Amino acid sequence: MSEIFGIPSQALFGQLLIGLINGSFYALLSLGLAVIFGLLNIINFTHGAQYMMGAFVAYLLLNKLGLGYWVALAVVPLVVGATGVVIERLMLSRLYKLDHLYGLLLTFGLALIIQGLFRNEYGSSGLPYTMPELLRGGQKLGFMFLPNYRVWVIVASLTVCLATWFVIERTKLGSYLRAATENPALVQAFGINVPRMITLTYGFGVGLAALAGVMAAPIYQVSPQMGGDLIIVVFAVVVIGGMGSIMGSIVTGFGLGLIEGLTKVFYPEASNTVIFIIMAIVLLIRPAGLFGTQK
Amino acid sequence: MAAIRTPVPGIRNELRHQRVAFVLMAVILAGAPLVVYPLFMMKVMCFALFACAFNLLIGYVGLLSFGHAMFFGMASYVAAHAAKVWGLTPELAILCGTACSALLGFVAGSLAIRRQGIYFAMITLALAQMVFFFCLQVPFTGGEDGIQAVPRGRLFGLIDLTQVGAMYALVLAIFLGGFLLIYRIVHSPFGQILKAIRENESRAISLGYDVDRYKLLAFVLSAALAGLAGATKALVFQLASLTDVHWSMSGEVVLMTLLGGLGTVFGPVVGAAIIISMENYLAQLGAWVTVVQGTIFVICVLAFRRGVIGEVAQWLKKPL
Repeated sequence: MSEIFGIPSQALFGQLLIGLINGSFYALLSLGLAVIFGLLNIINFTHGAQYMMGAFVAYLLLNKLGLGYWVALAVVPLVVGATGVVIERLMLSRLYKLDHLYGLLLTFGLALIIQGLFRNEYGSSGLPYTMPELLRGGQKLGFMFLPNYRVWVIVASLTVCLATWFVIERTKLGSYLRAATENPALVQAFGINVPRMITLTYGFGVGLAALAGVMAAPIYQVSPQMGGDLIIVVFAVVVIGGMGSIMGSIVTGFGLGLIEGLTKVFYPEASNTVIFIIMAIVLLIRPAGLFGTQK
Repeated sequence: MAAIRTPVPGIRNELRHQRVAFVLMAVILAGAPLVVYPLFMMKVMCFALFACAFNLLIGYVGLLSFGHAMFFGMASYVAAHAAKVWGLTPELAILCGTACSALLGFVAGSLAIRRQGIYFAMITLALAQMVFFFCLQVPFTGGEDGIQAVPRGRLFGLIDLTQVGAMYALVLAIFLGGFLLIYRIVHSPFGQILKAIRENESRAISLGYDVDRYKLLAFVLSAALAGLAGATKALVFQLASLTDVHWSMSGEVVLMTLLGGLGTVFGPVVGAAIIISMENYLAQLGAWVTVVQGTIFVICVLAFRRGVIGEVAQWLKKPL
């Protein structure tokens, strides 16, 4: 068996692949956080819980209604996004005039409620989600075994991320969005319905989290806790990348996933903490984040 | 935080009723063990001190730390280790825990104050998560088991703390001491500068104050006092566990302070008492406790931002 730096290449590439998978979720989630923060100025603490809801709704669609993965991929983001719209209309919209920290506190409370409710209903143990027929199996590449589903996750999330970047940076709708981020009052004066745009943006960000949840369901166990710890890592990712740039979130997400994977190979004890250590270093060298601008 | 204000403490006369309230609180706490379980009251006092320490940052400097469990939990581990393995007397064990939290506060604070507002909250949360994984992996914390059967020992080598009365008196003294220290800090010239930073940071900078140094000092003080609370709790319950460093503990202290009243002197104490009682009486409901806590968060943010003591102070038209 071939070795690289004394590590079997099979293990090395295997961990790198897992790193890329984790990176896909970091990218999708931090992208959603960045989009929401851009317009609402709120850090959505509920993001992890909404990711978990995505996985659970997919699980319920499969096991209660018999609707498979592909349907879930289309339906779940809409359903969970709709709950996001309700949350924004009923609660978040009352907080825009207050200090931003209240938004954080409110969404933290919502996350507790959602996670508690799901834990009451489904317990703490993980539930399995069957992988779609089409994506089972994998390719033998000689140096490693490449499961089809993992390739699909990476490609799909990269596509979604790039599409989001394209919409925000290159289309007319995106230009409204960016303008409203800069100066909502002026954009409203031009006759654009900014409050509705804010609502839909929150729904969209939540939908992204739910989509990530659906994609995660076949890989990880579907459990009420799946979003709780993840969201803290994603916060660190956001601090490292800075929330100023969409592309920045995507690159940082995938990059940190890879670094985490490499750490698992070379120094497994630090694999849980490496992202936080990188965050500390970035704060020392470039407090505004790699792609951010200090405001 | 523009939305969180405490009335300017002006002439000494205006503070007289706070003194009355303080004496009232001390009397209630001293007499409480006649009515309720002493262990329960000691828990309330530990968490009340923890919440007061947290309030020093959010209420008077406007910094929301979402990682205060790292100071609380780390100090409780160090104190438990010092008392059990090194065999130190309780006062030295508590001192070790507090010093360790102050040091950790210096490191975490130096990093976190480099960003403001929402980023500050996320950074402290992430650093606390790092400390959590550290505590999970290093051998001295005992991993999932924690450090159990911590000896309470003899205070100054003389007073036997296994007696409930002695332990209660010690916890009461620590709580009241910590509370008075925070009160003193808030009403000192240093405290006035902290409030100036909260109200208008750029103005404070232009007046020539080295804002970062003030923020860092406030952060270290808050961390040390949170550590004092954690170390005391380790001796009271003779246990240090992962629960104390977990992010849900950070969330809990935010909730206590929010419910009692951000930036009020007595709010965190009342908030801690309410939340701890609630957890005690709702313990059999299991995961519903989380749901109830979340609901209180939502209600407080949407409709009850002044908190219990804030509302009372508004009604009395006097700062509490």
